[in-house]
Amino acid sequence: MAERRVIPLSRPEPPNAEPGIAISGLHLSRSGRALLRGVSLTLGHTGITALLGPNGAGKSLLLRAIAGIIPPDAGEINLAPRLAHPALVFQKPVLLRRSARANLAHALKLAGVPRAARPARISDLLEQCDLTALAASPARSLSGGEQQRLAMARALAGDPALLLLDEPTASLDPKATAAIEAITLRAAGRGVKVILVTHDRAQAERLAGDVVFLHKGRAVEHAPAPRFFSTPASAEAQAYLEGRLIL
Amino acid sequence: MSAFREAIAEAAGLIVRADADFLEIVALSAQVTGLAVLIACAIGFPLGALLAVGRFRGRGALSLAVSAAMGLPPVVVGLVLYMLLSRAGPLGVLGLLYTPTAMVIAQVVLVTPIIAALTRQVVEDLDAEYSETLRALRATRAQAMGTLLWEARPALVTAALAGLGRAMAEVGAVMIVGGNIDHLTRVMTTAIALETSRGELALALALGIVLLVASLAINAALMGLRQRIGEPAHG
Amino acid sequence: MIRPLITAAALALLGALPATAQSHITVQSTTSTQNSGLYEHLLPIFEEKTGIDVRVVAVGTGQALKNAGNCDGDMLITHARAAEEAFVAEGKGLARHTLMYNDFILVGPAADPASAAGDDILAALSAIAESEAPFASRADDSGTNKAELALWSEAGADPKAASGTWYLETGSGMGATLNLGTAQGAYVLTDRATWDTFANKSDFEILVEGDPKLFNQYGLIVVSPAACPATRIVEAETFAKWLLGPEGQDAIQAFAPNGKQLFFPNAAE
Repeated sequence: MAERRVIPLSRPEPPNAEPGIAISGLHLSRSGRALLRGVSLTLGHTGITALLGPNGAGKSLLLRAIAGIIPPDAGEINLAPRLAHPALVFQKPVLLRRSARANLAHALKLAGVPRAARPARISDLLEQCDLTALAASPARSLSGGEQQRLAMARALAGDPALLLLDEPTASLDPKATAAIEAITLRAAGRGVKVILVTHDRAQAERLAGDVVFLHKGRAVEHAPAPRFFSTPASAEAQAYLEGRLIL
Repeated sequence: MSAFREAIAEAAGLIVRADADFLEIVALSAQVTGLAVLIACAIGFPLGALLAVGRFRGRGALSLAVSAAMGLPPVVVGLVLYMLLSRAGPLGVLGLLYTPTAMVIAQVVLVTPIIAALTRQVVEDLDAEYSETLRALRATRAQAMGTLLWEARPALVTAALAGLGRAMAEVGAVMIVGGNIDHLTRVMTTAIALETSRGELALALALGIVLLVASLAINAALMGLRQRIGEPAHG
Repeated sequence: MIRPLITAAALALLGALPATAQSHITVQSTTSTQNSGLYEHLLPIFEEKTGIDVRVVAVGTGQALKNAGNCDGDMLITHARAAEEAFVAEGKGLARHTLMYNDFILVGPAADPASAAGDDILAALSAIAESEAPFASRADDSGTNKAELALWSEAGADPKAASGTWYLETGSGMGATLNLGTAQGAYVLTDRATWDTFANKSDFEILVEGDPKLFNQYGLIVVSPAACPATRIVEAETFAKWLLGPEGQDAIQAFAPNGKQLFFPNAAE
């Protein structure tokens, strides 16, 4: 919790500044079902944004669209040049059947890092994610928490300015969750923009500077975190925060 | 039953005596088959990966053709190759007919479809698991294929073994393009065919037993290799 | 770790393949000469003397003539005189030489259900056709098969009409047909050399032999370099001259596995 104070919260940009991420009129359907229905959003260059909302709201899909791995049916996503190469971490990490170190080496190779520069980067990443002692272990034999830390390290390998996290702690115990949150906060502290999909309201409160509330494929509300949690503007967000089922 | 006992004794004798002609045949079998399977892997692995994750026109048709080619009768392959490699054929000037090289070519034609088809299946399954991650890491399609093939390596050993089995057991094609020439293109299977036609059934069966033993040894070795590389590398 | 290993293995395998010998010829041959072991007796003597490596592809006479017609051989050793003379007449071969002879024999179960035994092959075949006793034919256009069909026609029988009933067309070599015959109790017309060295005789015996109609002449043809420029004419003629000359003829004479002479040299007669 101490770390929270050192992160720069995303502040309102000056009116004429270029936004970090500008999304307008985003539509996405899967097998005939409209899952994103006109999402428009503007996010800053830094800070942690939480995407909050009930199951099926379209949070993960929106994240993948931002990552560029799912092309939208309509609408636009504009990333500032600095944020153009986002990294993505999934709830269930898919690691290669090699050592932790080799997983990072592979990611560095894909990121175009020259061979000579890789060992130093690997040591650095292992250090950051508290994996130095596990460097030689087969990635698939690590615990769930260790695997997710390795997935974080792998995502950070390309030195991204935008980090997209899709419920990274949903299957983890509290201790492992804390480790992932610490890595996330440190990254944000270095100026990395983070977008975090989560189910966990308390996690959003711990980490996020601003919150986007999604409901049925629409961005219903976007507000600074303290205001969102104290006085949500939309009926859907109120219901969600009160723990009521919203239909 | 006594024929079997005789054959087993003969097989043991062949191995124990290790006479030069016999060893020559075994060695040539190993060389032709080994080289053919290596080449078939070099073609079949990337081809299978391409069929699994590539996006190009005619992929479906090529996939179907590869699957169908798994059932190619060796004699047909031998005949077509004979017509190509014969002095009267389009590739006759190469002078490859009745050489071990021609036998390797025949086996490559027979084995590559098996290896490619099995590889395609394995890589397709892995791709379902890895594709999002690899796209998130911004791997190019070639890099994704390389990664998936390396991840699939235990299963690819099995694919290579399946190919090796077909190559080792094959007689029809190598008989036609090799000619079963003593000291040049006589391998285990064509030697078995020759001894059978001489009515030397016990000797033929003995050679068959030796072939079986060799096949067992190779399979055991590669299964061991598979287990070793099945565990992720350390360090 | 694995890649260099595979590279090394590939190089080892490549390097180990027998290099093409400097001086060699390919002989397209009938199977009986190979099955009987004649070449294993002759070739070491010739190779020792000349250093020419002789590669024998043993197939039926018909196939041998076709392969040589495609220029896939430098010499022919076959036993079907009419087909051999046609080959030479078409300009594909230089000349046909008589090389050696032996004879065909009719083998069958010792019980001889068709009462075919005797010294008259035409009578024997007629008896088989009449009793519809099983008979296995190679049906592979080989020299033996051509001889067999000529004998049937001379005997006035049309066994092909009974194909699949008592007349069994194997479409295979002499050895395979003998294996089938001994297993099925079917009469077989075979050359004597293959029979004498055949190891799976079961209860079969020679029932007809010695009929002049059973004479089996082997011919030798060097493929014409005019028809097939790739022919290794010098080496082929060296081998032909040796086989037809006293040394080769003596070597054929001396070939007697199990103490029994199988081929009778008759070159230049």
